[in-house]
Amino acid sequence: MAFELIIFYIFSTILVGSALAVITVRNPIYAALFLVLAFFTCAGVWLLLEAEFLAITLVLVYVGAVMVLFLFVVMMLDINLAPLKEGFIRFLPVGVAVGVIILIQMAMILGPENFGLEKFAMPVGQGEDYSNTKALGRILYTTYVYPFEIAAVILLVAIIAAISLTLRKRPDSKKQNVADQVKVRREDRVRLVKMPATKKDEVQS
Amino acid sequence: MITLSHFLILSAILFCISMAGIFINRKNIIILLMAIELMLLAVNINFVAFSYYLNDLAGQVFVFFILTVAAAEAAIGLAILVVLFRNKRTINVDSLDSLKG
Repeated sequence: MAFELIIFYIFSTILVGSALAVITVRNPIYAALFLVLAFFTCAGVWLLLEAEFLAITLVLVYVGAVMVLFLFVVMMLDINLAPLKEGFIRFLPVGVAVGVIILIQMAMILGPENFGLEKFAMPVGQGEDYSNTKALGRILYTTYVYPFEIAAVILLVAIIAAISLTLRKRPDSKKQNVADQVKVRREDRVRLVKMPATKKDEVQS
Repeated sequence: MITLSHFLILSAILFCISMAGIFINRKNIIILLMAIELMLLAVNINFVAFSYYLNDLAGQVFVFFILTVAAAEAAIGLAILVVLFRNKRTINVDSLDSLKG
């Protein structure tokens, strides 16, 4: 058995096992951590497919940003776990049944003998001076430059949506209103009081 | 030698696991969001595998865009989740019936 195949089987076993753990563990924090493991292992699988840039992006964006966001939210919410697991046993048979049926159907289609997949010969590896990042960047900034900009706009929309959804004004919090402070006039703050001068003796008496 | 069907079947298994996860975790929105992320990951494996075996970089560009959309979706979904928990003090799917749908 080739070395690459052994690597592939190790990585896919870890990937499938951690995916199973994500959907079965009781605690959402453990689920998030297993999802981190799944993403990390998937980055390894992508390295086998010579998609180096996307593998690193998966680790940076998903493990670094999205899963930390997940963990943040899970830890921030004070969740009562007991009612969330009520239907687990009840829905387990139908979930497993649907999953297994879809898996059998897909395996029948995707199996090597039915799909003619042996026609896709193993591609020859790229040379030593080939850079996946450079090639991807070249195609991304020329052919796909408009979709790339639309993706940037989607991220901007996501930022604004997330901020505007979670921003709230608390009535009991005290904060300064800068606009009011800037436009204040002298007459609003200073009051000149006119009063007659008094002698020292009069005050004491 | 690893063939294309190895990767396709791996991603099919991953997709089915997350599909079953949506069925058996119907009460917990957080696990549902995680299952959706796993599904997108399975689709991405397909794209990368085809991109490698067809020697066409367009598949990897597609994965790039799917990652963008998935990150946006996770951010907005979690923001909605936080607002939901703030208003109802629970994330149980069964208690989200104020629309009477």
